[in-house]
Amino acid sequence: MDKRETGKLIIDHTSYSTTFSRRFASRKPYEPPVPGRIQSFIPGTIVEVLVKVGDTVREGDVIVILEAMKMKNRLISHLDGRVVAVNTAPGNRVTKGAVLVEIA
Amino acid sequence: MALEKKIRELKEKREKMLLGGGEDAIVKQKAMGKNTARERIMSILDPGTFNEYDMFVEHDARDFGMDKKNLPSDGVVIGTGTVHGNPVAIFAQDFTVAGGSLGLMHSRKITKIMDHALKMRIPLIGINDSGGARIQEGVNSLAGYGEIFFRNTISSGVIPQISVILGPCAGGAVYSPALTDFVFVVDNISKMFITGPEVIKTVLGEEISMEALGGARVHCETSGNAHFFASSEEECFSQIKRLISFIPKNNQVRATVTEALPPDASYDIEKIVPGDPTLPYDVREVIRAVADNSDFFEIQEMYARNMVIGFGRLGGRTVGFVANQPMEMAGVLDVDSSDKAARFIRYCDAFSIPLVTFVDLPGYLPGVDQEHAGVIRHGAKVLYAYSEATVPKVTVILRKAYGGGYIAMSSRHLRADFVFAWPTAEIAVMGPEGAANIIFRKEITSAANPDEMRRQKVDEYRDKFANPYVAASRGYVDAVIEPSETRRLLLHGLEVSENKDVQLPWKKHGIPPF
Repeated sequence: MDKRETGKLIIDHTSYSTTFSRRFASRKPYEPPVPGRIQSFIPGTIVEVLVKVGDTVREGDVIVILEAMKMKNRLISHLDGRVVAVNTAPGNRVTKGAVLVEIA
Repeated sequence: MALEKKIRELKEKREKMLLGGGEDAIVKQKAMGKNTARERIMSILDPGTFNEYDMFVEHDARDFGMDKKNLPSDGVVIGTGTVHGNPVAIFAQDFTVAGGSLGLMHSRKITKIMDHALKMRIPLIGINDSGGARIQEGVNSLAGYGEIFFRNTISSGVIPQISVILGPCAGGAVYSPALTDFVFVVDNISKMFITGPEVIKTVLGEEISMEALGGARVHCETSGNAHFFASSEEECFSQIKRLISFIPKNNQVRATVTEALPPDASYDIEKIVPGDPTLPYDVREVIRAVADNSDFFEIQEMYARNMVIGFGRLGGRTVGFVANQPMEMAGVLDVDSSDKAARFIRYCDAFSIPLVTFVDLPGYLPGVDQEHAGVIRHGAKVLYAYSEATVPKVTVILRKAYGGGYIAMSSRHLRADFVFAWPTAEIAVMGPEGAANIIFRKEITSAANPDEMRRQKVDEYRDKFANPYVAASRGYVDAVIEPSETRRLLLHGLEVSENKDVQLPWKKHGIPPF
């Protein structure tokens, strides 16, 4: 049961030999948010996709309607741009953080 | 003659109730590796001491055909008895009766025994094995839960409250255990969650088994909701009895004092901690080397292992040990370990259990995830808990005590009563490498050989500051001691603190960084 990763943990330039917790060993590197990505902020079902590839969108335009916990959420664009990818369709069930539409 | 008949009638009525949901339901319960409610109670209590109350309580629900349903004892067994000769109040939900579902009378039985426990200032043990609210009783079930949660909260810090999860405990029901002091779980039997796998699947499309979502291991390792993990109900019962042997029965009295036994002679305290501060070791060995009979009862053994907490005895008196664990994550403070330690410190303080702290930590865990998870707020809990605690506090700095970690771990500045340091202690703002790199940055970068200069400056810093004597010269450390003197000084420190009296300014309550 207890096979966990061992290694060096560096704190203030000092390297300590130790065992890593599972949480630490499986942590994901931080990724800064990309403003052109329309992502599901909660798992749910896509109700409507209001854009198609090539469309011009403006900041504040509704891009996708995502239903989750009986609420219909409007996902809006954070920038002016052009739709370069639509990765989902109405009826799709999506996990949290899925990239639904990409705007550049 | 008439009396005999009446006594026979009573016996028959009792016999019927003792069968709970009936033989078939009991067979099913056993097939799941589970004991019945009354068997569980009797396994925890001293033999022959259980007295059951409210055996003949009936529900009075009328809707959905409930008026035709007879639920023996309304699916919960309550009573009092003794553990190690000390009285306790206990309840156990009976899964064989309507799945142990909680209706109004069921909850009234539980709150009755909770009221008893609080009034009599005796520990409360609750055994949870229930499918949840009795839907047919509607809002009355919710009222029942609310009344239980309220009492859990009001009793908190007055009497010990122990929750034992021996079956499902789902939805709102989980909040009663969460409000109590210690939660016991058993592998493959305990299941705790707010929303079950079914709901998660329909709403979110995520598939997960009950065990992976809220099984015993998950709550001991990942969520930290449970404190004690057992492989069987029997093991769980002996853990409960062991816990009760360490704690007082309420917040007005001290835990039972036992015979003072010396530690096991096979522990050589000078051989446990490596001199090199970057090398790991098991700090529990240090605890065992000083504790009576080398007996250490660890709490939350599988959660946030970089912090070790648990009970032991010194000179026959119960103490709470708190220690950084260098062999896990170098013993750093992080979100989970701070939370774990702070709660335990507050438990000990509420129940007059002295705190013994062993310090060996490099500081806080760096990382975006930690910062975003609120390590500031969680780390602050440790400062809060130690500062607020007025029980005797004795600290032993074994090796590293750097920066904020030094302050947090029961330092003099948070009013530790005694702070001892081993000669291997390094009490400094940070480790020599880090400090030298900052203080001598110019000298290092402008040197002909920067690496050589760095090494030289690190050594310089180490010689001057990586020791206990700078702190000792300010009186922050009371005495630099040999490792072999540790037990004697702990015993002495606790003896001197026996009648410690500290008054905090009046307040309704503080606002800890929850």
